[in-house]
Amino acid sequence: MSHPHDTTTMALSRRRFLKVLAGTAGALIVGIPFADAADAPVPAALLGDTLYGLGAYVRIDADGNVLIGIRDPDTGTGTSTSLARIIADELDADWTLVSVVSLGLGVEDDNGKPRWTYGHQTSGLGDSVPAAWADLREAGALARWLLMQAAARRLGVPADRLRCEEGSVIAPDGRRFGYGSLAEAAAKIAPPANPVPTKAPEHYTLIGQPAGDIDARAIVTGQTAYALDTYMAEALVAVLSHCPWSDGSVDSLDTTETLAVKGVVKVVQLKPEAGIPLGQTVRSPAVAVLAENTWAALQGRAKLKLQWKAGAQSESSAWFEQQAADVVNDKDAQPAARVRNDGDVDAVAKKSKNRLEATYVQPWLAHATPEPMNCLAKIDKDGATLVVPTQAPQQAWKVVQRLTGLAPAQIQISVPRVGGGYGRRLDHDFVAEAVMLAKAVEKPVKLMWTRDEDLTQDFYRSGSVHKFSATLDGKRQIVTWNQRMASASALAQRGLGDNRLWTSEVDAHQLPAGLVPNLRSDWYSLPSAMLRGPSRGMPHVSNAFAVESFIDEIAHSLKEDPLVTRLRLIGEPRMIPLGDGRTLDTGRLANVLKLVADRIEWKNWLRTVNGLGMACWHVNGAYVAHAIETSLQGDKLNIERVVCAVDVGRVINPMGLEGQVAGATLDALSTALNLSLSYKDSQIQQHNWKDYPLASMAQLPDTTEVIIVPGDGDPAGASFLGMPSAAPALANAVFRVSAVRVRRLPLLKEMLRML
Amino acid sequence: MASAQDQLPTPGTSNTIVPEKVREGVDLEINGRSYRHTGDDQMPLLWYLRDVLRLTGTKYSGEHGEGGYDLVLVDGKLASATTLPVAKLAGKAVTTVEGLAASDGKLHPLQQAFVDEDAIGCGYCTPGWLMASLDLLNRHPQPSDNDIDQLPNLCRCGCQTRVRRAIKRAAKGAHA
Repeated sequence: MSHPHDTTTMALSRRRFLKVLAGTAGALIVGIPFADAADAPVPAALLGDTLYGLGAYVRIDADGNVLIGIRDPDTGTGTSTSLARIIADELDADWTLVSVVSLGLGVEDDNGKPRWTYGHQTSGLGDSVPAAWADLREAGALARWLLMQAAARRLGVPADRLRCEEGSVIAPDGRRFGYGSLAEAAAKIAPPANPVPTKAPEHYTLIGQPAGDIDARAIVTGQTAYALDTYMAEALVAVLSHCPWSDGSVDSLDTTETLAVKGVVKVVQLKPEAGIPLGQTVRSPAVAVLAENTWAALQGRAKLKLQWKAGAQSESSAWFEQQAADVVNDKDAQPAARVRNDGDVDAVAKKSKNRLEATYVQPWLAHATPEPMNCLAKIDKDGATLVVPTQAPQQAWKVVQRLTGLAPAQIQISVPRVGGGYGRRLDHDFVAEAVMLAKAVEKPVKLMWTRDEDLTQDFYRSGSVHKFSATLDGKRQIVTWNQRMASASALAQRGLGDNRLWTSEVDAHQLPAGLVPNLRSDWYSLPSAMLRGPSRGMPHVSNAFAVESFIDEIAHSLKEDPLVTRLRLIGEPRMIPLGDGRTLDTGRLANVLKLVADRIEWKNWLRTVNGLGMACWHVNGAYVAHAIETSLQGDKLNIERVVCAVDVGRVINPMGLEGQVAGATLDALSTALNLSLSYKDSQIQQHNWKDYPLASMAQLPDTTEVIIVPGDGDPAGASFLGMPSAAPALANAVFRVSAVRVRRLPLLKEMLRML
Repeated sequence: MASAQDQLPTPGTSNTIVPEKVREGVDLEINGRSYRHTGDDQMPLLWYLRDVLRLTGTKYSGEHGEGGYDLVLVDGKLASATTLPVAKLAGKAVTTVEGLAASDGKLHPLQQAFVDEDAIGCGYCTPGWLMASLDLLNRHPQPSDNDIDQLPNLCRCGCQTRVRRAIKRAAKGAHA
């Protein structure tokens, strides 16, 4: 889904910002100095020994160690490793000498407005690598050029007779000069007026080669500090009790016993600010217990005598689903958006005798991040220092700035590795809470949500109902496709124009757009007061499940191998323009399907007693397909095999991509198998992971086989690419093994109901 | 500085021997080092490790330890640090993820296997997986897939198939 960007971010002119600096102890730094006066030489003594205040992308020390600053938060999608390798490859660095540091937010003062120093700083939208590919490579290329110039001057030979390899410049006679020995001299060389050309692909040494997570060693030794692992002297720990109704209020509050707990310092009430968009202020009224340590705060919270007054809303998920079903079945209902309308669906459908209909129902979902919402905030009159587990530090900055009134560069936000985002951390309600509390107690505050708060105070993914009607001609071709989807938009409560609300719910270019001559996609907007927000893989995950299940149903109605049906639908390899500059490459789509079919031995589709299912999808120029084999022992479903093929263009790190795709596959399967939220009286009924059970090891497949299609196009993002086709492939496999067509998620509950 | 020996009364000069005061607190061992907790002895081990000792590798999981991010070994047995008050740990030996590597920094074979298999998503749940996997290998040095299925940990990033490979790699290495 789209997320509001600042135009200043998108318009970053990278050449203007790249600078060469001399660090202490003979270091070479290529990066972005904060000070506007950076055109003047910066005294080495002022630079310090860390990257934090400097905003550099690459630093080469005299001992040869290379430190690379990472601008995008790493929520586990491997951006630290991928971004570092993009830079390190251009630099011809010795990867064993490379380490990374999270840059945190880059902001400077542009006459009272923020200027985002590093450009792109948002993670989880699948665009970190594409954005880095477009601009970060140059930082590595420039550093390498400078080192070669330094070596050329030292040796008295032209730079074009030198080459670089694994952290050394190599002279014509074979002598090697480590980058560390050249760094000090290189830092004194003026960069060229024109951009240094980046490498030709045949010279890549790291890009395309496998690498494990660069933080792996720190993680397995427990040394990686997440935001929740960050402490600050004098900071009070805050835990909260939120009102179950976002529009509710405190009815009665007695803090006597809470304040009697040893270590409890204060109890503070918080309220959402009127007129502030969702996700930028407190989500629901809350009572915060502040204490000297977490245990005292938790005990204090347990001893609150607190009654909440209900809000005006009293909605239930059953009511919501009924509204959705009613609207997609009401022929006279007006869609909020006609998302796509190719050909003439009604005229052609009237002439067709072969019609198929099906309706799919999907539940409300939570983000369930492993690391709960938390924030460390220190607010003074002349500065704010925060540690925030965020996917969008620039958005966090806006919240802090509004609440403190500080100047842009007075706000420092560091972003350590993040314990899962999935879209939840594009919102910063918890940052607003931490800032308000720090101001209220005039001390640093370390805020932590407990698991029950995290599940019941989320910005949820709306449930949805998808109704399809398709007609086929005498040649088994789908000639009309009519899709009616109803949901509550994730964007509806966020001040966006009504004409864009559909964009978080359905993709105008999604399958089978471009493949069916008469295709209509209508979206119906449902009212709901339940708070909603961006969710991982939105809108692809829910739509792929419905569309790709329905295509399987069409194949079944034709009494045909679904692979045959799908390949006929996709047709010959060609480029189909989908509008908005988007193109469907049918060759690449068919290819990923054929790859998973070959690997899972699809030719056994009819013969095997197990069930085989498949599905495919495309997202922003990347292609994905899954094939899944299931078995049934009594009523116990086993996922025997999972094969996934992806085509993302150029692959930066195949090991990282494999892990990301396998992980997204398991996330999608876990969600489809088990997860749903329900609400009554506008209150979420699930409070912990017993009620909202991510899949256990036993439920998931033993292996995930990932096939990566080699490519040379610009890399497409892959953060959630493994999700969309996984659940429909599973449902289609379940149909083969059990004859149960699952049209409602979560899958296990529905399968058991129908078996 | 005077030693304790110097302060002892000289025999014959005094007939009052002051007994040493009973020292309050709970003595326990964490990763081979001795600690004494003198605060609230009902504080769960999780918050003692994190807030007091700043050993933050053991993660907050949920109020009942659901998710398994808070797993540690107590006298070699798997335990949830969230639900275990320090009072119950007197004289016991706790191992956390920080205690797995050798003192020279060499990774435990299981840690190395997690690195080699890249069995990491966001990494927040990884310490819990490591502790549960270590416990599994202690009980079943050559675990079957069914044994591995019993691990209690939850992960949203989907590291499960890579964790399974890592456990098998570590078991194979130990066997070789």
